Amino acid sequence: MRVPSRRPVAAAVGLLALALVPVAAGLLNQPFYVDLFRRIMIFAIAALSLDLILGYGGMVSFGHAAYLGIGAYAVGVLMHHGVQNGYLQWTLAIVASALVALLIGAISVRTSGVYFIMITLAFTQMLYYLGISIEEYGGDDGMRLAVRSQFPGLIDLQSSTAFYYLVLAILVAFLYLGHRFVNARFGMLIRAARSNVARARAIGFSPYRYRLAAFIIAGAMCGLAGALLVNHTEYLTPEFMHWTRSGEIMFMVILGGMGTLVGPVVGAVVLLLLEDVLSAWTTHWQIILGPFLVIAVLFAKRGLIGLLGAEASPGE
Amino acid sequence: MTLLLVLEQVLNGLQLGVMLFLMAAGLTLVFGIMNLVNLAHGSLYMVGAYLATTFYQWTGSFLLAAALALVATLGVGIVVEVVALRTLYERDHLDQVLATFGLILFFNELIAIVWGRAALYTTLPGWLSGHVQVLPGVRYPVYRALVILVGLVVAGLLWVLVARTRLGMLIRAGASNRTMVAALGVNIRLLYTVVFGFGAALAGLAGLMAGPIYAVQLGMGEQILIQVFVVIVIGGIGSMRGALLGAIVVGMVDTLGRAFLKPMLATILSPSAADTAGPAIASMLIYLLMAAVLAVRPQGLFPAQGRV
Amino acid sequence: MSEALLEIRGLTKRFGGLIATNEVNLEVPEGETHAIIGPNGAGKTTLINQLAGDLRPDAGAIHFAGRNITHLAAPARSLLGLARSFQITSVFRDFTALDNAALAVQAHAGHSFRFWRPARRDLALREPARAILDSVGLGERAHVLAANLAHGEQRQLEIAMVLVTRPHCLLLDEPMAGMGSEESQRMIRFLGGLKGRHTIVLVEHDMDAVFALADRISVMVYGRIIATGAPKEVRANPEVREAYLGEETTD
Repeated sequence: MRVPSRRPVAAAVGLLALALVPVAAGLLNQPFYVDLFRRIMIFAIAALSLDLILGYGGMVSFGHAAYLGIGAYAVGVLMHHGVQNGYLQWTLAIVASALVALLIGAISVRTSGVYFIMITLAFTQMLYYLGISIEEYGGDDGMRLAVRSQFPGLIDLQSSTAFYYLVLAILVAFLYLGHRFVNARFGMLIRAARSNVARARAIGFSPYRYRLAAFIIAGAMCGLAGALLVNHTEYLTPEFMHWTRSGEIMFMVILGGMGTLVGPVVGAVVLLLLEDVLSAWTTHWQIILGPFLVIAVLFAKRGLIGLLGAEASPGE
Repeated sequence: MTLLLVLEQVLNGLQLGVMLFLMAAGLTLVFGIMNLVNLAHGSLYMVGAYLATTFYQWTGSFLLAAALALVATLGVGIVVEVVALRTLYERDHLDQVLATFGLILFFNELIAIVWGRAALYTTLPGWLSGHVQVLPGVRYPVYRALVILVGLVVAGLLWVLVARTRLGMLIRAGASNRTMVAALGVNIRLLYTVVFGFGAALAGLAGLMAGPIYAVQLGMGEQILIQVFVVIVIGGIGSMRGALLGAIVVGMVDTLGRAFLKPMLATILSPSAADTAGPAIASMLIYLLMAAVLAVRPQGLFPAQGRV
Repeated sequence: MSEALLEIRGLTKRFGGLIATNEVNLEVPEGETHAIIGPNGAGKTTLINQLAGDLRPDAGAIHFAGRNITHLAAPARSLLGLARSFQITSVFRDFTALDNAALAVQAHAGHSFRFWRPARRDLALREPARAILDSVGLGERAHVLAANLAHGEQRQLEIAMVLVTRPHCLLLDEPMAGMGSEESQRMIRFLGGLKGRHTIVLVEHDMDAVFALADRISVMVYGRIIATGAPKEVRANPEVREAYLGEETTD
């Protein structure tokens, strides 16, 4: 007799809570919370996309923030040149990210272990330096977004609440898509390759092209997160792609519980709330966060989801 | 673009190269022997730079400050190894990456608390400022020439150490045969601490020499660390030879690229296009080089024998 | 054109100064069970690794079903019908036994760029997987995590994964390794049941198994095959006896 996993229930409760944030914020007259949780959800999407390749694929990509940057720059650059159409911008964000992921992935996915970590890190930094050096788009300082992406007739992102629910909808959609991916044949192959690549090859799998595909999908999803982020902040800087961003996102995945899809969302919530609370306390909050993260990694490897006992049962 | 200018930039490239080598050697040693990915290696570099600057302000003697900074960084390295890193040797690389990333945040903030967030600038003592004639008609800053010299000497000493001594033999036997090494009666724990300390000292040396050339600021460790990664990927993991050659190549390509790419592009593109494309591509050069090497030789140019 | 299913010619592999495989020639006709025996360090596993595609030979050629597979990657060889088991049990530890078998079915069921349908509810994968588990005796343990299976059961699972793809030829690297005598007997009976239907190349130390199963035996010493023939001949061969002096049946 299998005990039904607690995870879907926990997820549903969590998403419901998120859906109620604007309502609660309205009642408490604290619009700041809508902003805060919208930002959290955007990073949750980024973390979720990383989990696909990290948690399920075992690919330790330290360069995932690059796609946040590419997505953001796609929107920003088009906006700068007068294209305000959200459909065009966001499509470019996704396509550009996918393309860059293809280029970087084609080289890095063949490698593994330490090499993979170093190479993804190096390429991200390259993009960061590229962003800094292009003066036209603000270089070091970045640039403002003239307006938020325009979706005439569909939604006005200027409305804080409407934008919030759009992000939530995308988060829910990606959670569902991710769930489908990892349990379909594609996902099973990726997970098998992570579990035992020698055995995977011995039974006839050629993991490279599937891992590359996963890498591209994850990059594209994160690119969309980047488009959302730049709309949220209304400001664009190369810092979006800084490798420490990658580290933060990775921490969200690990903290929440990697290989669970829901875990990264939890991780994003906890980490960003923690940052918010700590930074109000002291400007030197990173000195607390640093060791905290070290300890979390060392002692709570299965993440919060693991601690809550909401892990998947075998055969799920 | 006179010959003199080119020579000067070649020397600058060599100078960057030896500094990258010092960092790469330390990282390679630690990875090769303890199978530890240490992202906080750059933090030790930063600590070396900050300490050297402060000690110089206190003592007024550049050499004394350098010596003190070296010893102090070595000490910091050993403390970090004993307190934080010992548990990581058995862990997988992901854990190591995350834990040492946490250390980076910690160090950056610690430095910010003690020294503030503004960059520090060092001045050089009289005897180190000024120029020297390295070749007939070629004048080069004394300090940078000294850095090159120190770097090459250390590289030579490292070669002797690794190729000729018992410790070096242990280093080469390394992580690939931990049980054999232990069976030789070597205290593994002590060996690891010594190796890590040594790596920390190399990073500290690079850091304290870097201070007067580059700005001493938060995040400087990570900036150079990523270049060091490129060196290691190009040169091949686990190989000293690869680290040295990779470092020189990367140092040269980066320096010469930044100096000459824009003027070179200006001959074929419009000045404004070259103005944008030049610095942009120059900053990407070493990464493009890395990509090219990986495409052709995925294990790097001189991968260590018997090591992955 | 030879009729041997598996044909090895002049296979050579060096590791630095060490010759692990020294001009090995071997022909295994279809349907034969061929055992490769030899002292430790003789290079048997290196040979299997080259046959399976995990190691590139320095010289020589391997032909399988008439095709030159010397430079073919391991996954492709599996798809051609050449399946292997590992000396140290290698399964997908964080998946159930049923998942493991289903993955083997999936690998041979075309490409896996399928993103929507849950693989665990795909009968095309589940049914053959269930069937093979039943036939190796793991039917009751289908939903147990591979990591939680007993050592012998993991070995059975590996064999199941090898068999479910209906291979032409099996490369088994010490299938008896680490088994108690009762488990070994069961495995010998099981492998005996496969004889004739599959071509089997078997590396083993367990002499009971070898003499019970093998149609022919090759003896490897220091990377070379010093004798090949029917079990009785090999047993009587003086070179072989010398090579095995002091190395009686061990387990």
